[in-house]
Amino acid sequence: MKKVEAIIQPFKLEDVKDALKAIGVDGMTVTEVRGHGRQKGHKEVYRGQEYHVDLLPKIKLEMVICDNRLEEVLRTVTHAARTGKIGDGKLFVYDVTDAIRIRNDDRGEAAL
Amino acid sequence: MIRVRLPNVHRFNQVVSLALFLSSMASAETDGNVDARWAALQSTVEAAQSAGDNAWMLVSAALVLMMTGPGLALFYGGLVRKKNVLATMMQSFIMMALATVLWAVVGYSLAFGEGNMFIGDLRYAFLNGVGSEPNPDYSATIPQQTFMVFQLMFAIITPALITGAFAERMKFSAMLLFMTLWLLLVYFPMAHMVWGKGGLLNAFSGGRVPCFDFAGGTVVHITSGVSALVCAVYLGRRKGYPGETMKPHSLVLSVIGACLLWVGWFGFNAGSALSSSALASSAFVATHFGAAAATLGWVIAEWIKSGKPSVLGAVSGAVAGLVAITPAAGFVTPLSALVIGFAAGVVCYFMVTSVKRRFGYDDSLDAFGVHGAGGTLGAILTGVFATSLVNDGLKDASGNPVALGWVDGNAAQVINQSLGVVIAWVLAIVGTLVILKICDILVGLRVHPLHETEGLDLSLHGEEAYNFEA
Repeated sequence: MKKVEAIIQPFKLEDVKDALKAIGVDGMTVTEVRGHGRQKGHKEVYRGQEYHVDLLPKIKLEMVICDNRLEEVLRTVTHAARTGKIGDGKLFVYDVTDAIRIRNDDRGEAAL
Repeated sequence: MIRVRLPNVHRFNQVVSLALFLSSMASAETDGNVDARWAALQSTVEAAQSAGDNAWMLVSAALVLMMTGPGLALFYGGLVRKKNVLATMMQSFIMMALATVLWAVVGYSLAFGEGNMFIGDLRYAFLNGVGSEPNPDYSATIPQQTFMVFQLMFAIITPALITGAFAERMKFSAMLLFMTLWLLLVYFPMAHMVWGKGGLLNAFSGGRVPCFDFAGGTVVHITSGVSALVCAVYLGRRKGYPGETMKPHSLVLSVIGACLLWVGWFGFNAGSALSSSALASSAFVATHFGAAAATLGWVIAEWIKSGKPSVLGAVSGAVAGLVAITPAAGFVTPLSALVIGFAAGVVCYFMVTSVKRRFGYDDSLDAFGVHGAGGTLGAILTGVFATSLVNDGLKDASGNPVALGWVDGNAAQVINQSLGVVIAWVLAIVGTLVILKICDILVGLRVHPLHETEGLDLSLHGEEAYNFEA
């Protein structure tokens, strides 16, 4: 099992969700986060007081999938989330040692 | 007698037909009987006028209270950081209680008792003799209780305005003591001098320095704004200012608060006509026009200077315009209100940006930059634009309206207004310094640095504004 963690632009969430649904991935957890990579922040001015804001709003999607679906999922997410501009985000892939469905104690891939 | 509420025209017809009826009866009646009926008629007409005026004044009083809570509480609450929003709102809300009790005990009397030219006496202490009978010295057509409670709402919002200067760092206990002393030593005397019978600056009661201050440019905005600056300098900056991010935590709250202030201000200014009269309409219109022009003034200045027209700028501009038009409403034409408002928008923008940065004081929510500066500008421009075409309340010996401001040919009024401004500034500076010193010695002004970091909501009040686990 693999866990895919995708940091994407907030306005791309709907596209990514739709694309994942289309290939049959329907379990995911979504969080509103703030962060930055190489993207520069922006300036905010409140009554003349300037702030440089470098932690920008992003969306973090987390999903755990079967090993054999990994490449397909990565391709789908990158394709759906891409604008080609800096700030599009990143994907991280982790190994997952186990999964348990709380309702009925299913283990491993059966629990996904 | 059955009282029927009728619109003005019907009421007038009713009076006329009653008068005709009475005159037709006159031949048959004795003279004494006609007099009695005439007196009854007169008192009916007076009761009708009193009912109209009283209705508007009660609504106005409620509108002015709405300016403090929720208006100012939301406006200021949105501008602070998340950890201080409750403490900031509390500083406004608690004034609705503290100032009210103080007003009942001595405040109203010290402000509006006859006394001397600087302060009232204690004739109305504990609201003694303040009942349903009008007080003709101030407002002949409404119960004195209505006048008293309307003026109380001003004594609530004025100290609440100051809290913007020491937001996010003052002890609650120190604030309560400060506000109590400030009302006693600064507000009540100033209100008496400008509005009280025989007050030093009261143009309508033979004041030595006749000033025009319709709804409180000096009494409310200069005293609070200048005291705010003294507080900001005396207390020092917030930990980490400038440098650390101190963005407003919710401009949505601030926009709602500013809109409530705008609406409430109609009670503040138009209510200051103390009647439901044409003068009230004039003050209402000037108020609205001043706010509108100031909004544009600030937004344009900011757009040119920093590249973007901000929402916070727009609502701050509106408040600046409302401040500046406060002394002038009821004395100036709608077009003069546009000029005063626009000037206030631009001037206050530079006060809270360039001037504040230049001198480095931490007037956290710009109580001085908006109320002190806007109030001063408005008070002086009132001397320029006040005209007897709008307000003919001042008459000369032969009963003709007196020239009011520069536009009427009375350039000297600008000097009178400036003297009023100087007196308000001096009283605010000296009074506030003395009071801060007393509070500093007795209870200490600032919260512990660790509490400041933790936030005042938790450290002072034991609560959090936004509870995600709830």
